[in-house]
Amino acid sequence: MPVSELNGQKIWQRRDRPTAIKHWLMWLVGTLIVLWCWQIISDATTWAFVRDSPEQAMQLIARMFPPNVAYAPTLVRPLWDTLNIATLGSIMGVAIALPISFLAATNTTPHPIVRSIALLMIVTSRSINSLIWALLLVAILGPGLLAGVLAIGLRSIGFVGKLFFEAIEEIDREPVEAVTATGASELQVLSYGIVPQVLPTFVGVSVFRWDINIRESTVLGLVGAGGIGVQLSAAVNGLQWGRVCTIFIVIFLMVLFSEWVSAKARKEII
Amino acid sequence: MTSPAAKPRSWSPPPLIPNPWWRWGLGLGAIGYLVIALSTLNVNWARVATGLTRGTRLLSGLLQPDFMSRWGDIQAGILESLTMTVVATVLGVVISIPVGFGAARNIAPTPIYLFCRALITISRTFQEVIIAILFVVMMGFGPLAGVLTLGFTTIGFLSKLLAEDIEEINAGQAEAIRATGASWLQIMTYGVLPQVMPRLVGLSVYRFDINLRESAVVGVVGAGGIGATLQTAFNRYEFDTAGAILLIIIALVMVTELTSVFIRRRVQ
Amino acid sequence: MLRLENLDKQYPTGDRAVKGVNLTIPEGQVLALIGPSGAGKSTLIRCINRLVEPTSGHIWLDTQDLTRLNTAALRRARRKIGMIFQEYALVERLTVMENVLSGQLGYVNFWQSWFRKFPQSTIDEAFRLLHRVGLDSFADKRADALSGGQRQRVGIARALLQNPNLLLVDEPTASLDPKTSRQIMRLITELARERDLSVIINIHDVPLAQMFAQRIVGLRMGEVVYDGPTDGLTPDVLTQIYGEEDWTTDADSDADSEDADEAAATKTPMTSTLSDVIPGVTS
Repeated sequence: MPVSELNGQKIWQRRDRPTAIKHWLMWLVGTLIVLWCWQIISDATTWAFVRDSPEQAMQLIARMFPPNVAYAPTLVRPLWDTLNIATLGSIMGVAIALPISFLAATNTTPHPIVRSIALLMIVTSRSINSLIWALLLVAILGPGLLAGVLAIGLRSIGFVGKLFFEAIEEIDREPVEAVTATGASELQVLSYGIVPQVLPTFVGVSVFRWDINIRESTVLGLVGAGGIGVQLSAAVNGLQWGRVCTIFIVIFLMVLFSEWVSAKARKEII
Repeated sequence: MTSPAAKPRSWSPPPLIPNPWWRWGLGLGAIGYLVIALSTLNVNWARVATGLTRGTRLLSGLLQPDFMSRWGDIQAGILESLTMTVVATVLGVVISIPVGFGAARNIAPTPIYLFCRALITISRTFQEVIIAILFVVMMGFGPLAGVLTLGFTTIGFLSKLLAEDIEEINAGQAEAIRATGASWLQIMTYGVLPQVMPRLVGLSVYRFDINLRESAVVGVVGAGGIGATLQTAFNRYEFDTAGAILLIIIALVMVTELTSVFIRRRVQ
Repeated sequence: MLRLENLDKQYPTGDRAVKGVNLTIPEGQVLALIGPSGAGKSTLIRCINRLVEPTSGHIWLDTQDLTRLNTAALRRARRKIGMIFQEYALVERLTVMENVLSGQLGYVNFWQSWFRKFPQSTIDEAFRLLHRVGLDSFADKRADALSGGQRQRVGIARALLQNPNLLLVDEPTASLDPKTSRQIMRLITELARERDLSVIINIHDVPLAQMFAQRIVGLRMGEVVYDGPTDGLTPDVLTQIYGEEDWTTDADSDADSEDADEAAATKTPMTSTLSDVIPGVTS
């Protein structure tokens, strides 16, 4: 009871006593956990470096400006590669996610066992970041664009697949029933009753993922999987901060552009 | 039966793009792009062939993971990843609340609005790893750089969604609080925060999820966490250890994801 | 001719929606199935083309027992059974023509249907039907651009493009205004007469059923409680179907019919406190 009586006066409190204690305990435990975690991180930190980090930052900025404009033309090819990694990877991811999502949706899956396998594939793909996929693929295939494309593709399967199968599960059941009632085969029910309903979502999700993939593919070069990350890595290791700044500006523009394209495309569909 | 349509009329579905020039142009353009893009891949097939044997080794490493040989490193890496995630999420959420309020057009003064929006844009545009590089350069190697990276990206993610939420709140409720003569801070805590709170909690839990996944990555550039251990394992071609780490990451992500879905259901 | 023999449907939840129904519908008859919500009307007609799998009993369409067919044979049988739905059940993002043509899916292979390459005779017939239901210029409009009555006309054209022997109609007017409802019912019964179709219509609206059907079957809790001519619906019979109510006063509005049916479905037959009214039964 939030309202209690004390000496004949009604006292209002936000929570009654047991709930208040429970809340208080939760906050206490939460705070302790965070402090403990902080302790671990603090122990692993060399505080002397941190102390002069403002100075470092100022130096870094000073060395970054002015950006090395003359370096920009050599970035055209890496940018083109980055775009290709993102686009081809997205296409690959969507192509593989399509059948998997139909196997994973409760209303289109042929069998519960098939569904769990499809879900497992989606979860595995989602759990592993594209940079780790790239790490793995570079170790297997050697450095190059191919590793990058495959890394982006493998990571996209899970993201796209999850949103796809959720869309399939949310469709309107009645048109599917109607198409079934005409004596259509299962594939025809899929193509007439289900696909038209989910297509706009599918396109929107794919474009959205492409936009994310542009951003992701800018760093794949750090582990050798091609794209502008290769140049970034080289510039950082060579302490050529003017170049680094140019690369940042170029990446910034590219990501803004892809975001704009993606937003415009998605607006067009709806 | 009346039959005015006696003459046979052909029918084909209306095209998606009505203008034939655009339709064919876009189609050919897409095919042309694919051909050019695929040709830039420069696949070294001999290298791929040798890679395939490594691929099978990796697969067998996943099936027979070796948790023991480098258990010390794995344990330390996982613990670091988890602690980084906790601290970064809390830090990020605490900072994103004021930034989110500042980035909502309907309640923030223009200079503050522009500043917060710029912060959000920068945080969202650059991939985590790029930001991690900068923090490592400034702070030195170690998990603190990772915490700051994840915290910074959390701000971009959360503040943007929070700001959008605030821009869409029911103005009537805030109005009613204002009508009682409440101060700005009181309007925020009584009129605005209760409306966006459930979603904020849900998003924070979701972000915890993402941060855990990302914490496995920033280690690649020296910002702490399990990523460094994983990279070492790959560089030494110790695929059974790498397999073990990957399995742990997948398991951890699954557990947090299930927990996060559970919490979000309870909150909303 | 359609004959139902001891048809029974029990859902996994334990609800027995249809209890041993026996019915014979001769060629060319329009039969209205009335009864409160939850009486099993929808389940019964969905059992006939096995959108809902019956638990036991037989369904004879001419000489074929539909309950014994395997998947492929069932698909072939469904081609000859048209169905019309309450919420029209059109695929909203397809055009009117594509929706109508989907009535012939059972006759073309997958790739033909994927590329929308239907035989010219089918397309001619589809245009004829669109003209017949009054949607001449709508062929390439998207289905979600149409009004409720227009959508139901597309649904009718789709069902008739199957060139069916039997038409199953599930609450065709429940989502339409009174005037459109009468137009749609008239269209369905006219087309049935032109083609000598057997029709089963689930319908809430008793006066509408009396106006357009030749025979009425009353269903209550999964059982047939009335089977006879339209003028046999005396107050006693209506009480038996829907529960206690003063059937002699004229109700002035259709708007309450949904609530009334829902209330009727939840009330036991002995309850006499039904306050809502089944729309006008004096005719």
